[in-house]
Amino acid sequence: MMQLNIPDRDYLNSGHVGCPGCGATIAMKLALRVLGEKTVVVIPACCWSIIAGNYPQSALKVPILHTAFATTAAAASGVRAALDMKGDTETTVVGWAGDGGTFDIGFQALSGAVERQEDFIYVCYDNEAYMNTGVQRSSSTPYGTRTTTTPGTEWKKTRKKNIVEALAAHRISYTATASIAFPDDMMRKFKKAMEMKGGPRFIHVFASCPTGWGVASELSIKIARLAVQTNMFPLYEVEDGVKYTLNYKGNRSIDEYLKMQSRFKHLTEEDIQTIQEMVNEDWQLLLRKIGP
Amino acid sequence: MKKVIEGSHAVSEAVRLARVKVLSAYPITPQTHIVESLSEYCADGSMDARFMCVESEHSAMASVIGAASGGVRTFTASSSHGLALMHELLHWASGARLPIVMAEVNRALGPGWNLWMDQTDSLAQRDTGWIQLYCEDGQEVLDTTIQAYRLAEMVNLPVMVVLDAFFLSHTYEPVNVPDQEQVDRFLPSYVPRIQLDTANPCALNQMAPPPVYMEMRHSTQMAMEQVPRLFKQVEDEFFSIFGRAYGPVETVLCEDAEIVMILTGTAASTCRQVISDLRSKGEKVGLLKLKMFRPFPTELIRKILEPIQKVAVVDRNFSFGASGIFAQEIRAALCNYPEHPPVFGYITGLGGRDVTPEILEDIYWRTRNNATPKAESQWVGLDQEIVES
Repeated sequence: MMQLNIPDRDYLNSGHVGCPGCGATIAMKLALRVLGEKTVVVIPACCWSIIAGNYPQSALKVPILHTAFATTAAAASGVRAALDMKGDTETTVVGWAGDGGTFDIGFQALSGAVERQEDFIYVCYDNEAYMNTGVQRSSSTPYGTRTTTTPGTEWKKTRKKNIVEALAAHRISYTATASIAFPDDMMRKFKKAMEMKGGPRFIHVFASCPTGWGVASELSIKIARLAVQTNMFPLYEVEDGVKYTLNYKGNRSIDEYLKMQSRFKHLTEEDIQTIQEMVNEDWQLLLRKIGP
Repeated sequence: MKKVIEGSHAVSEAVRLARVKVLSAYPITPQTHIVESLSEYCADGSMDARFMCVESEHSAMASVIGAASGGVRTFTASSSHGLALMHELLHWASGARLPIVMAEVNRALGPGWNLWMDQTDSLAQRDTGWIQLYCEDGQEVLDTTIQAYRLAEMVNLPVMVVLDAFFLSHTYEPVNVPDQEQVDRFLPSYVPRIQLDTANPCALNQMAPPPVYMEMRHSTQMAMEQVPRLFKQVEDEFFSIFGRAYGPVETVLCEDAEIVMILTGTAASTCRQVISDLRSKGEKVGLLKLKMFRPFPTELIRKILEPIQKVAVVDRNFSFGASGIFAQEIRAALCNYPEHPPVFGYITGLGGRDVTPEILEDIYWRTRNNATPKAESQWVGLDQEIVES
């Protein structure tokens, strides 16, 4: 933290209602340390619309606009427009949505706002399913996952949507993945995003969910770290949709990551091998984009 | 200054004069002329505002909700399918108590595709907590849009200014466009009651569990109940500067009438002539033009209709399985009076079908010649050949 010159001040109050070990809560704490008090957070329906607290309390020391599920990017665009018209170009507007609100129902509004070059940071805290409604599959849920809507032998047989590549295809000025297990890397990315004013910036945060994934809450950081170390969730940045930078090279097998979580406990060795091959394939694809 | 302009441009002129700061819209016929001219005003600098060309009506309403929460004056416009797509956010805007003003051009919903006049789109939004004001001509559109900002900001509720597709949106009429200085006098700068402010951080629109939710909705209704009084105040002030006022309802020759016809929008204009013709034949008929639909001016309507023998409501809309929507509301307003007149409901003019003087006269005579209504709704002007095919 010293090398990033980030004040050791928190904008997340104790008393929030996140589950023990909630990755999304840790992500907010770290993000706001970087973004500071001149921040407005726009939150759609998601875990964070609960975590932030019921009327009349708020867990954050910055203003929050709660908005309808599909509207994060549109509402954030409107907030930005109002601040600009009032002459306030200093305040950072942050859309803060889950994977359902980003990959699925909010994707159209996000795509539109990025194409319009709206000046905000959009954060997707990704816990890989609709956790707030009780673990239903989203298009971010990875292959092999059991959820309440992909139960039993009907576990999810399709790949996770690659949201960062979808954003890169918009030629967004900055997009990056980040993990709560790599706080320095994550805060550096928030700082970079904050300083790149004038257009949209997108940060895809891997936010482990002990409740939904079936891991002990004290293993939340460990599981997030393993996702990076196995290349299941690579840490990288893309500038202008074309300039790729890799932040970490993993080399562990996927086996260990999957076997720690009850959402994957039904998988056979053969299934695990299939997933390992998918991870390898995606990793090679990413390395090709990063270049020599 | 008097100008010959389209109904759509009467809206645009009013929005410019209201010094709106953030506009957001998605194109849909027949609303497009409103936002095209506003885009031009933003581009040529005659409006100091940000125009957001969003990717859907859902995002149009969401972005003006964001901007209004940021503390500036906002505008959007839509119609038909676009309004239907906004539905979720209409609740959000009123629940958040934001003074957003929207122009809504009444158009039919598909299928089949139909671009023309029909009121079912806006009336289907009646329970969203928006004030709804229906306009008859270009002047009323301009004046009502300016008044809408004043009213919305006094009561912290959104206002929908409603105008007929094509009959009003695309019709050129002479309209008195007021001076900026006069409008500034009537409509001061917007001072938000509450806004997103980093110096005073609050959470807006957060989770409201059972112990508080009902009180929040009750407070919206309390605000709605203030509207008739505040609308009168707004109109009185408007009249003192501009010399024009409309009222939540307007009555024409109702004092000694035996039958009162109730209409909205441009059809009320047609009915003025029909009333005049029928009067010259000795018929005791009056017109009640309904401008304010939400809040519904129940007391006013009761007072006007109580001594009347029969009421004929002309609906250019329909609630399937029930009846015309204005007729329903009129019946509901009267039902607690033991001696109320029978309400005859007529459906006509759906999907842009002309409502001619002949149709309105036919409606009058059907009402005149029957002691009680034959049905909740009578459909007027149906092509029997198509119906029976």
